[in-house]
Amino acid sequence: MEQKIHPKIKEYQEKQEESKVEVPKANLVTLKIKKYNPNKDSSSSYQNYQVPVEKWTTVLDALLDVKQNLDHSIGVRYSCRQAACGSCGMKINGKPKLACFTKISELDSTEITLEPMDNFPITRDLVVDFSRLFANHKKIMPYIMNNESEISNGTKEFLQDPKHVEEYIQFAGCIKCGLCNSACPTMAMDSSFVGPQALAQAYRYVADNRDKGKDNRLKVIDESHGIWRCHFAGSCSQVCPKGVDPAMGIQLLRGYLLGFRD
Amino acid sequence: MRESIVMKIHYGTALGAVALVAIHILMRLTVDFHESLTYDAVVANYQMLGYALLLELILILISVHGFNGLRVILLELRQGSGYEKGVTYGCIAGMVVLIAYGTRTIIMTNMGMI
Ligand code: SF4
Ligand code: FES
Repeated sequence: MEQKIHPKIKEYQEKQEESKVEVPKANLVTLKIKKYNPNKDSSSSYQNYQVPVEKWTTVLDALLDVKQNLDHSIGVRYSCRQAACGSCGMKINGKPKLACFTKISELDSTEITLEPMDNFPITRDLVVDFSRLFANHKKIMPYIMNNESEISNGTKEFLQDPKHVEEYIQFAGCIKCGLCNSACPTMAMDSSFVGPQALAQAYRYVADNRDKGKDNRLKVIDESHGIWRCHFAGSCSQVCPKGVDPAMGIQLLRGYLLGFRD
Repeated sequence: MRESIVMKIHYGTALGAVALVAIHILMRLTVDFHESLTYDAVVANYQMLGYALLLELILILISVHGFNGLRVILLELRQGSGYEKGVTYGCIAGMVVLIAYGTRTIIMTNMGMI
């Protein structure tokens, strides 16, 4: 395929020819994007695109720039552009990150490799299929289970003191981006493993003192491809963009199953 | 059986095996290494009731722990209900055979068959 030149770079080049001014090289980066359409392609390939960037340009900004000016066909998923929706996870220079939450300037490199996240089936290019993540998330019943209702007449809201909130609040920050599942070595081998995202959420609800569904949830994760298959590699916690520590949540959950916590 | 019970057994057998193997090694240190492994010394150990019991316990703990570890590795390697059933029953069978074979050696020694 013939390499298209970004209109801004063309403009720089023309200006440079006219005024003989050197174009600052540091402002140009090459995005090396892995392209693969499972419905069409027999194998994946990499395409390079050169784009101008600023100090504040995020990987997602650069990608959308490529889509707008160089190649409309690139498959990328995004929505909020502010690390809130969890849509834009991908491997950026080999590590799972959110494209909207990663600035080009912090990568310290003029060539940036973008690949779909590992441990997920590829839908197209950088877009992966989240069916398994959502199914496992649903399986752990991610809601407060309590027969008394906050909304029925005569009952009050479930009050919590700060100490109880502390128990689970960091886990409530999960945006279901799947980066932790992508970094998990067990997920890479075991296609039935429930995964760090769902396990961290199981802990979030089990540790919530308003919830009465602990036994049901523990039953779900206490099976041959459940919590015990975590090897405590800790990579899930390293990559989480929201400061959730799934590895710790998993160890705390094990405490319930081993009888150290109740 | 619930996986948490299996894993409690797994951790328990590991701790038990470490403690008993430590006693076993300490007892081996009371005699010279080459003496410890002579035919007569080994047979004498099997014939000492307390020591034979210790060896039998180590055999059970290590077999249970080892075969469960193997089961876990194999379950992570491949998935599928037929395969997983095969792995589980295969590992239980392997464990039973190993324990039976080791126990047989101790019994035969004590009955003077070796
Ligand atoms: S725990 Fe973190 S990395 Fe995992 S899905 Fe939630 S926000 Fe993403
Ligand atoms: S676009 Fe929503 S998290 Fe990146």
